Amino acid sequence: MAGSLTTSSGDGGNRWRDLDRLLTRPGNIVGPTFDPSPELRSELQQYVRVLVVGAGGLGCELLKDLALSGFVNLEVIDMDRIEVSNLNRQFLFRLQDVGKPKAEVAAKRVMERVKGVNIVPHFCRIEDKDLDFYNKFNIIALGLDSVEARSYINAVACTFLEYNSEDKPDEDSMKPMVDGGTEGFKGHARVIMPGVTPCFECTIWLFPPQVKFPLCTLAETPRTAAHCIEYAHLIKWDEVHGGKPFDADDPEHMQWVYSEAAKRAELFGIPGVTYSFTQGVVKNIIPAIASTNAIISAACTLEALKIASGCSKTMTNYLTYNGLEGLHTKVTEFVRDKDCLVCGPGTLLELDPSTTLQKFIELVGDHPKLQLSKASVTHRGKNLYMQAPPVLEEMTRSNLNLPLYELMDKVPKDVVHVAGTVNKDDKKTSALRKLRVVFKGIDGVTDMDTANGA
Amino acid sequence: MAEPKTKYDRQLRIWGDQGQAALEKASICLLNCGPTGSETLKNLVLGGVGSITVIDGSRVEIEDLGNNFMLDESSVGQSKAKCVCAFLQELNDAVKAKFVEESPEALIETNPSFFSQFTLVVATQAQYVLSMIENMQKGARSYDKGKILTLRVVSFLLDLHQGSFESMGRFELVEASLLRLDRICRQANIMLICARSYGLTGLVRISLKEHTVVESKPDHFLDDLRLNNPWPELKRFAESIDLNTTDPVVHKHIPYVVVLVKIADDWAQAHSGRFPSSREEKRAFKELIKSKMIALDEDNYKEAVEASFKISAPQGISSSLHQIINDHSVEVDSTSSDFWVMVGALKEFIANEGNGEAPLEGSIPDMTSSTECYVNLQKIYQAKAEADFLAVEQRVRSILKRIGREPNSISKASIKNFCRNARKITVCRYRPIEEEFNSPSLPEMQKYLNDEDCRWLPIAIGFYILLRAVDRFAANYNRFPGIFDGELDEDIPRLKATAQAILNDLGCNGSTLMEDLTNDMCRYGGAELHAVAAFVGGVASQEAIKLITKQFVPMTGTFIFNGIDQKSQLLIL
Ligand SMILES: [Zn+2]
Repeated sequence: MAGSLTTSSGDGGNRWRDLDRLLTRPGNIVGPTFDPSPELRSELQQYVRVLVVGAGGLGCELLKDLALSGFVNLEVIDMDRIEVSNLNRQFLFRLQDVGKPKAEVAAKRVMERVKGVNIVPHFCRIEDKDLDFYNKFNIIALGLDSVEARSYINAVACTFLEYNSEDKPDEDSMKPMVDGGTEGFKGHARVIMPGVTPCFECTIWLFPPQVKFPLCTLAETPRTAAHCIEYAHLIKWDEVHGGKPFDADDPEHMQWVYSEAAKRAELFGIPGVTYSFTQGVVKNIIPAIASTNAIISAACTLEALKIASGCSKTMTNYLTYNGLEGLHTKVTEFVRDKDCLVCGPGTLLELDPSTTLQKFIELVGDHPKLQLSKASVTHRGKNLYMQAPPVLEEMTRSNLNLPLYELMDKVPKDVVHVAGTVNKDDKKTSALRKLRVVFKGIDGVTDMDTANGA
Repeated sequence: MAEPKTKYDRQLRIWGDQGQAALEKASICLLNCGPTGSETLKNLVLGGVGSITVIDGSRVEIEDLGNNFMLDESSVGQSKAKCVCAFLQELNDAVKAKFVEESPEALIETNPSFFSQFTLVVATQAQYVLSMIENMQKGARSYDKGKILTLRVVSFLLDLHQGSFESMGRFELVEASLLRLDRICRQANIMLICARSYGLTGLVRISLKEHTVVESKPDHFLDDLRLNNPWPELKRFAESIDLNTTDPVVHKHIPYVVVLVKIADDWAQAHSGRFPSSREEKRAFKELIKSKMIALDEDNYKEAVEASFKISAPQGISSSLHQIINDHSVEVDSTSSDFWVMVGALKEFIANEGNGEAPLEGSIPDMTSSTECYVNLQKIYQAKAEADFLAVEQRVRSILKRIGREPNSISKASIKNFCRNARKITVCRYRPIEEEFNSPSLPEMQKYLNDEDCRWLPIAIGFYILLRAVDRFAANYNRFPGIFDGELDEDIPRLKATAQAILNDLGCNGSTLMEDLTNDMCRYGGAELHAVAAFVGGVASQEAIKLITKQFVPMTGTFIFNGIDQKSQLLIL
């Protein structure tokens, strides 16, 4: 990236003059590690790598804001393609971009406009990347609209966290996250310092599962337009199409659900079924506008800049925003859940040295707190067993009959990462867990702190 | 061009076709297209406003590329207004994007009627204000020959090689321009939003005489079931349903509204006509509901217990609605707006047909019930709402006739919408900027300044004072504090003294500002950070949308962005 580190251009102007005022001068309300100097921005540009997760309404804003806040090494990951309904807020996309991968177009547009910034796009699912990929970033910025995806990235970031012998989190292993979310005129922005401030899982209660209509209401006593739509979508579709899966992105499918719902509403004298409302209910569409995305992303970016440079005191640790009636902001200092499975020191498993990898995977599935099925196992970056892709599965299958102790190079105790699926709210979701494995009867185990194990 | 219904789908779900139509009719004028202004317009262009006009007389410099996404390398040396406008046009071809290559201050001075063509003006990075007199006295004395102060942060010093007399004249214009603009906009009924970013702080302030909202769409608002004051038809409907039915399926599908009306009626008969009011009575009432259950899984009875407080809610209208119907504007004449004519009719309705209540909203929330019973209950509510609407409509027509307007000049749909939202109507009024500048509410100031328990209030009010202080500083020194590294140390005590002088002038004796904050304000050196500009611009565009669509409630007071710990605050001054 030649040119990205130069502070002045030919005519003597400094592109980063305004930012440099914050970075080069001492302040009183700053972070504890703040070391103001003209070199601070170059360091930021050389060494700090930021991953933006999601290239939607928040992601577009985050990329722009980060690029104009001095960050140079950015990557963005998103599995979606651009749709027409994105254009009212995802300002990096144009009508002719519809159908193209969001991550690629967003990266290209920001690089075109902000000289010197380098953005690597990843058009794939977040689960497709391995831990090494995530480990190269210093900060992860989340611009997501799903609880599952947040939960997954949070778990990934927390696996890198190491605890010292006094069970204090090791700062160098900490991977800070800034996380934004919006719905209409409302939103939140938060800072997650794994091990210090609550992780996403510590405060999972902030995102209660969506209430579903009881099936008997849909079938027997419909009262609202939504009841009629969900009847057509969840019950009638299967009855009529037996086995053919419903595809919400297929306009013909949607039209069918709409006309069935309209018929049912007519039958019962229920008003309010429209095509647009049908789409909203079936796809669980969350209303979204440009201004809230701009506000929340800006708050997240400012916090990322503070984390990277120390140029100001940070927000502790959760901002809620509501612009419906006047303008309300509130910062709440949430606290960590001491027993959090994700950001804590890890679940302790005491094993016999003869335990095979196969047996270990079964234990993880049966463990009352973990209940992680179809687990893949890694140790210090080495794949011990992988469920997928088939090539890796085949390569690692022979390990299943070997003792885990030997696979872990006969260390008496160490951290092992397992990835698999858990059942949450009747839904299978990807999960990643950190385990502290201790082999019984091996030297060096006596000093292991088992008090925190669970 | 994309199908607008699809393109705007995610926002149509918030403000509907009516709101979108209002946006598409609106014309927005932006003064100064730095990052704060550019980001404000970006959000409005994406949302599909009718037209934008960007006014800026400056040329793009290298420094602009570090914080403004609308500009790139190829823009350097060109008109900033033109470049920003070109990028904004790219975002949405349905928007008419225009630009004027002229300094906003000059336009305000030479062509005030220019602004009357717009729906809303967004003035960005205008220094908050200095009064004319203050500026003449203080500005003149310390003024360097040949140098003038402009409003922009970026090019704050301009050598015009002109005599001191001429530049004095310009200086006056610049300093007074925001006050002038406020007066111009108020006179022409143009909405004005001021937005400013400065270091880690910023400010957003709306200015217009009055803004009235019918569709305020609050987040949490109690449904209008009227259980505390049931009308005869609702009671009759409840009487037609037998709570003592022995059919368990029927019993668990009686809507809780009916359960409550019936049990409350029983209660009233046993308590000389009164509903439960004391804590003891309310508990006994809940027990009474529970005693009528015939199975453990009766969700309708559980809902009745949970909603039993609605029986005891005070009758009549809320205090805020009371305030509105007693406002002086309710004495309507031919110059009154449709809104106030309808408030006049509402007032009459409450005093007469309404028996102290506002018109019924007419919709009910979902509740456990058989389909038939629910649909019938809904009809009872709709019928009452329709009757209330007809009564209000008649009163609107006769008021219109009385004040000499065409009786049908307010549409049925408008009156119906007004009735549906009657409990939630909102009126926002804004002091002229000059008034707030000269005499901010002293008790409020003291409250914010002296709040010891709450560290974040002093930060917000501190930034407010300091934003004024940097402007006064600029008037005295021809530059913002902390512009030059070499003078940073001297500027800190100077700014501190300036801020203290402002506090003294306002009569806030004994209040001292946090030293740390003053120090940091100098450190910012007038920097416009992109992230701060994006936040402030986001807020400004959000408020513009609320004002234009006449939906939701715009903020009242002065919003101070606090980028230090994100504890931003609305100051009512
Ligand atoms: Zn946690």
